[in-house]
Amino acid sequence: MKTIIVVGNGMVGYKFCEKLVANEESKAFKIIVFGEEPRPAYDRVHLSEFFANQDAKALEMAPVEWYIENNIELIISERITDIQRANKKISTVKNREFSYDYLVLATGSSAFVPPIKGVEKEGVFVYRTIEDLEGMLAYAAKLKDKNPNARAAVLGGGLLGLEAGKAVMDMGLEPHIVEFAPKLMPRQLDSRSSQVLQLKLESIGLNIHLSKATNQILGEHAITGMEFGEDDVLDVEMLVISAGIRPRDELGKSCDLEMGVRGGIVVDNKMQTSDENIYAIGEVALYNQMIYGLVAPGYEMANVAVAQILGKQETLMAAEIDMSTKLKLIGVDVASFGEPFMPAAKGHSVIFENKTQHLYKRINVSLDGKKLLGGILVGDASDYNMLHQVYLNSMPIPEDPSQLILPASEGGAFGSAMDLPDNAVVCSCENVTKGQICCSVSDDGNETLKDVAQATKASTSCGGCKPMVDDLVKETLKSLGKVVKERICEHFDYSRQELYDIVKMKEIKDFDLLLDTHGTGNGCETCKPLAASLFASIFNETANKQETIQDSNDRYLANIQRNGTYSVVPRVAGGEISPKQLIAMGRIGNKYDLYTKITGGQRIVMFGAQLHELPLIWEELIAEGFETGQAYGKSLRTVKSCVGSTWCRYGLDESVSFAIEIENRYKGIRSPHKFKGGVSGCIRECAEARGKDFGFIAVEGGWNIYIGGNGGANPKHAVLLAEKVDKETAIKYADRYLMFYIRTAQPLMRTAAWLDKLEGGIDYVKDVVINDCLGIVKQLDEEMQFMVDTYKCEWTEAVENPEIRARYTHFVNSDEEDKNIEFVNLREQKMPTPWA
Amino acid sequence: MLDTLLKDYSTVQLESVTVWFKAAEISKFPKNGGACVKYKEKQIAVFNFSRQDKWYACQNLSPEKKEMVLSRGMIGDDNGIPKIACPLHKKTFSLETGENLNGDLDPIAIYPVKIEDNFVYIGFSE
Repeated sequence: MKTIIVVGNGMVGYKFCEKLVANEESKAFKIIVFGEEPRPAYDRVHLSEFFANQDAKALEMAPVEWYIENNIELIISERITDIQRANKKISTVKNREFSYDYLVLATGSSAFVPPIKGVEKEGVFVYRTIEDLEGMLAYAAKLKDKNPNARAAVLGGGLLGLEAGKAVMDMGLEPHIVEFAPKLMPRQLDSRSSQVLQLKLESIGLNIHLSKATNQILGEHAITGMEFGEDDVLDVEMLVISAGIRPRDELGKSCDLEMGVRGGIVVDNKMQTSDENIYAIGEVALYNQMIYGLVAPGYEMANVAVAQILGKQETLMAAEIDMSTKLKLIGVDVASFGEPFMPAAKGHSVIFENKTQHLYKRINVSLDGKKLLGGILVGDASDYNMLHQVYLNSMPIPEDPSQLILPASEGGAFGSAMDLPDNAVVCSCENVTKGQICCSVSDDGNETLKDVAQATKASTSCGGCKPMVDDLVKETLKSLGKVVKERICEHFDYSRQELYDIVKMKEIKDFDLLLDTHGTGNGCETCKPLAASLFASIFNETANKQETIQDSNDRYLANIQRNGTYSVVPRVAGGEISPKQLIAMGRIGNKYDLYTKITGGQRIVMFGAQLHELPLIWEELIAEGFETGQAYGKSLRTVKSCVGSTWCRYGLDESVSFAIEIENRYKGIRSPHKFKGGVSGCIRECAEARGKDFGFIAVEGGWNIYIGGNGGANPKHAVLLAEKVDKETAIKYADRYLMFYIRTAQPLMRTAAWLDKLEGGIDYVKDVVINDCLGIVKQLDEEMQFMVDTYKCEWTEAVENPEIRARYTHFVNSDEEDKNIEFVNLREQKMPTPWA
Repeated sequence: MLDTLLKDYSTVQLESVTVWFKAAEISKFPKNGGACVKYKEKQIAVFNFSRQDKWYACQNLSPEKKEMVLSRGMIGDDNGIPKIACPLHKKTFSLETGENLNGDLDPIAIYPVKIEDNFVYIGFSE
């Protein structure tokens, strides 16, 4: 049996093993892997995530068991010190010797530490391994004990340097980035995009110092500052060096393999070194006179080395390596592809820049305007996948190339992902083509993104191509004439809309019955709350009736908070609250020692109630005339209003009265997701009604109705449904629109996303609710009126019913409270003890 | 302090039960839902899987966020494996093995349950 020894257990070394054992032929080899770090290979690209959870296991490429299962002998914490090429042996730091037939060097790189005076001082770190991070964390904690405002600098404003800057910021230190070049990310970005990125990073708290050459590091024993020029000093107590990488090529050097002038082990397109039995891959390999510091080329090198060793000689490394990258840096999208900087002689650049939104997009096109040569995206890289494919496959581009990057061009300038040629590489990490993905659907019968990902490995590494893979799967299914069904979960082979119709037509009101007659298994956390929402939307059933199929917020009619306590939010329709009601809330909040705050929806929330206190608190609130605000439900939250013509000298109509009327009309209605409304008394729009699922704005001659807006993660302005209608008509249209949404939306889909996906969009909604093109408005009107007429306050129901009330105890066998709930003081109120 | 709490919970196999703790009457547990039982300083979530006529018990402590909340979560099954979804972030755990089914959190501790004369008993090994 021949032996393959892999030196280095980093991402590329691991990938070599993974690709090797995926081949049957690998069974003929004995495989031994050496790693010098004390743990198996981990995902270094996502190293900064270690700060968020400090869970080294979560970063692992594969657990130790994986190596065992695949008959790979993994030897960690043992460095290789010597290669004896003549008799094909290696020796380790523990003076053990191993023989090989093939040797694969995947030793990677180490951080480059520039020879600056004082670099050996305490508090100076490099950013490379989990051990480095642990050292930084411990040091930062010590600094912060002494000085809560301690500062730390990162030397290097490249990709890794900025990641390190984020890590330093997460440690609670004041972050400073020091870069030698006059711009950030000098290798990937041009000056203008770099400035846009800088503005964005500064806005989130990073201090950036450009064109700084560090002369020396100050401090006696530990670092106290960095000196750039005579009078140019930055006081910092910690420094992280991230000034580039150097290949770990010492083994190659000591056994006389051919080396690059500035380091790196020379390899050919088979990944073979100057010794035919020794391969080098990843950041230690010098290919085309270049060291490639990206994951995708490293993985491809692993793939080539595996094929070559197994005798598949036709698999070679491409002559040109695509260095395109897309990443999320401290929450900012940054991408560059092809030739990001291009000399004017070769083509033209089209540039879109908007510094107020921290956006920059540049594409470079050939002189004849027919080909995309490269580009840079900062702030929004959502078009990266498509642009990258257009570039890779030399696909035709629009006559006016600006359409490729201008925001919100209707329908988009790109066709569908299906227009790509079959050999287009969609997932560059795993090297999966569009053809392979489509075949996985059409020939192998995989019908979901999950199955296709499992079968082809596409989108399983960095995940950047996931939306495109998803599109390809759906489009291929469609082209096969298969209905792409939004199946709820494994228990119901129906879409939400289908289940809605079943529940309504057959009048099924019980979850178990629904599952027995139309589903399989025992349900789950997806289908249960969905069915609960249907029972509520169709029969106006409160959450008290089938409490164990409700989301836990609905089950206890309160929002569960960080420490397992709950919040209490009574309805304050339109945001109008009397001094008497304020006093009542104040008294109750005081009595139960609750933390109080004004919400974003113009009402008051009280936090920190324990489960058993909820009925007591609500009983008192109800006695004072309050009712549930349903802040816990996927239902109407609030209707926000400005003060309107009753007080405002600009107001055209009574927005508060209208808001109260409409909030009381829709209160209690459960829907696919939460929904909110707004009413403004004039176009100054102080109620932000266009940021809501429905909004009314008073104009000369009536009300304008807007639908489909929201704030949140993807803010969207609502669009006009009807203009200058009277109040009754406005309510009628809103009624129909909401019922139509409730009937047809997918689970947990806000109105904005629903409108976006609805074929025909806003024009279709107008056709349905105004022109009655489906002939259903009478039904919609009746359904809404039924909901309005049958409203019940769930909390009144709960406190009055002893059986429901009995649910509100922490233990079933004891009246004790949960002793694990702890609070700390916060600005004369309380808050939960922070999560560790 | 809460971090050390996790150490209080470890899975008890049926054959190693030394104490059957009489927790509460069956009727105290909602159908197809859970409730929390106090045993000494421990909090145990007990689930009445009435669709299958089965009972399960596990630690009440969410291993992700260290809050005493699992008994308030929703139960169901994942390809036939009975599971509990944590109400905080919907992490799901097998009620048979304690394994985290939709992530790589550490498993939760599982306890044997038996029913006698309309009472729920939970098995402990200390």
